[in-house]
Amino acid sequence: MSKNININVHHLTRVEGHGNIVVNITDGTIEKCQWQVPEAPRFFEAMVRGRRYDDIQTIVSRICGICSISHSLVATRAVEDALKLEVTEQTDLVRHLLHYSEQLQSHVLHVGYLVAPDLFGEKSVVPLVPKAPDAVKTIIKAHRVANQMSALLGGRITHPVTLTPGGMTRVPSTEELKALKKELEAIVPDLVTICQVVLSVAGGLPNFTRDTEYVSLWQTHPRHKGTLSDYTFYHGDIISTDSKGTVVPISKWESVANEYVSPQSTAKWTKWHRDSYAAGALARFNNQAEKLSPLGKKVAEMFGLKKGCCNPYFNSVAQLAECAHVVEASLEIIDKLLTKGTKFEKVKVTPRAGRGHAGIEAPRGILFHSYEFDKNGNCVWGNCCIPTNQNHANIQLDFDKLVPKYMDEGEDALRQKMEMLVRSYDPCISCSTHYLDIEFVR
Amino acid sequence: MSKPRVAIFDFACCEGCQLQIVNLEEEIIDLIGVVDVVEWREAMSEQSHEYDIAIIEGSITRPEDEHRLQIIRSRAKVLIALGACAAIGGVNKMKNNFDFNEVKRCVYGKDAEMPHLATTTTRAVHEVVPVDFTIPGCPINGEEFARVVRELLLGKTPTIPDYPVCVECKAKENVCRYEYGEICLGPIIRAGCGAPCPTAGWRCFGCRGFVDNPNVDAAKEVMEKYKLTVDDLKQKMVLFNSK
Repeated sequence: MSKNININVHHLTRVEGHGNIVVNITDGTIEKCQWQVPEAPRFFEAMVRGRRYDDIQTIVSRICGICSISHSLVATRAVEDALKLEVTEQTDLVRHLLHYSEQLQSHVLHVGYLVAPDLFGEKSVVPLVPKAPDAVKTIIKAHRVANQMSALLGGRITHPVTLTPGGMTRVPSTEELKALKKELEAIVPDLVTICQVVLSVAGGLPNFTRDTEYVSLWQTHPRHKGTLSDYTFYHGDIISTDSKGTVVPISKWESVANEYVSPQSTAKWTKWHRDSYAAGALARFNNQAEKLSPLGKKVAEMFGLKKGCCNPYFNSVAQLAECAHVVEASLEIIDKLLTKGTKFEKVKVTPRAGRGHAGIEAPRGILFHSYEFDKNGNCVWGNCCIPTNQNHANIQLDFDKLVPKYMDEGEDALRQKMEMLVRSYDPCISCSTHYLDIEFVR
Repeated sequence: MSKPRVAIFDFACCEGCQLQIVNLEEEIIDLIGVVDVVEWREAMSEQSHEYDIAIIEGSITRPEDEHRLQIIRSRAKVLIALGACAAIGGVNKMKNNFDFNEVKRCVYGKDAEMPHLATTTTRAVHEVVPVDFTIPGCPINGEEFARVVRELLLGKTPTIPDYPVCVECKAKENVCRYEYGEICLGPIIRAGCGAPCPTAGWRCFGCRGFVDNPNVDAAKEVMEKYKLTVDDLKQKMVLFNSK
């Protein structure tokens, strides 16, 4: 049995951004066990000041390349809240589609390119190309279809250029929507294949649970009640597995996040009812699993994922269920748009002073933006709270339970489980600043 | 001949340009076949100090990052700046328009003085070490990236267009954004992107940086024609082209 362990993972790999893992065990005593976030801070909330209301989403989209669509959407909606702008049903539906494309792209990327290599015992997806060529090609195809959907709806794949406060600068034609529908219908069997491939190696997911508070959006918008978009990524207010059904309005998000600065991190940390909470696919699933689409439910069943699951490694499984769900939810919205046809809608905005808030589910969890504008529509204040920030404290508390549980398995096995744990949260460290390294100090 | 060894490194950025490499989808399998990727933290666990081509994403914002970049430069035969943050500083340079202590207080409040939150002037990669090739854009255009890599491997010198976005925008038969009462940076910004933004109904906000010799007189004429001022134009240049 190993009595001394030193893990020092500097800039953890296969995650977005920079984070470190540091573990120091001497004579069986844990002296240090830390999740550190050394990402270079970029100060977006300071930089938006002085910029006009319609430049905000262009700037803050750059908080994150992987969830740029979520950042652009939530910023646009926070600006609309501040300027008291209402959008049409068509805008609402097209934006939903754009957002679903990002969920699909990001989840496929995370499970297929970043998590799967761990389950196959490889260091990256590259060795899987000769080893499992059909599986890799299927993953690439699903990723490509999701990206083509983003390009159609957002004007390009990353950092969309079709969003403007009050509406859309471009909407897809009925022909484009019909073509998209065909593509999405065609990848449903591919998604099932991807799930089966992951299921064949899912025994590699550690059997680790820790009772956790899960925070996500809860649908409150009447338009989407009774539809597949009732399982919400977009509208709604804030709920938690600890809040006993109480829903907190988005405008009060700061009272949920309770952000604080940790000396371990350039990203702020958060806590609500406990010392930490989790956001992400598993949080969404735990709060609203009964609203998943039929295929989404089937995928969860395949893996034995049930509401109330507190195994953080199963976040990747919840992501797979959501992949199936967002394809079915997108098809439902496309049909709705096709019944009426689409047309370009002109937007007229009159600047006014005010403060606005919005929340959205980025692929990796709940995301909040708030902005205030002067009477000319120039930004005077901004505040963003990113999902990965909201997971940092929870990752640390998972570590605190995980290290004593697995330290007897030795340094390599422990390091592997810790790296996989961080990856399971699908962290976006650039988002939260930029973070991730593991360090075991001997 | 052995395959050239390629390493990809990221500094302060959103990592969206690395994502465009992944977004080459099926084509990336071909690219990986002709080079030896020895380090790419976002996608692989392997690491190496031995490489021929270093691809740098992100801006330099802290002394420790400057040091890291210098080490990478000393090891690489060819260094490529990837994307707006590396090429011109991009949105990260907006910070340079403010007092840094005030910026830290704005974001971190009473904790602003904690040592790990330190920040310095944001710089593009070429402002810290010599750069051999630059692939501009926020994000980069994946096709352009693949072309540059192919040309490098064939021993050619890759070139990036030095004419304004308006050329490509007109070829797409778009109505000029100024006709919609907007301020578009197309007349002074480097093309090569295919003008996706105006094509999607949005103005050019300058993510690829200026052409080598922007036609300032023509830009002034455009501003006059639409009763706008040079200051209006500068307000838009702040986003990606702050100093």
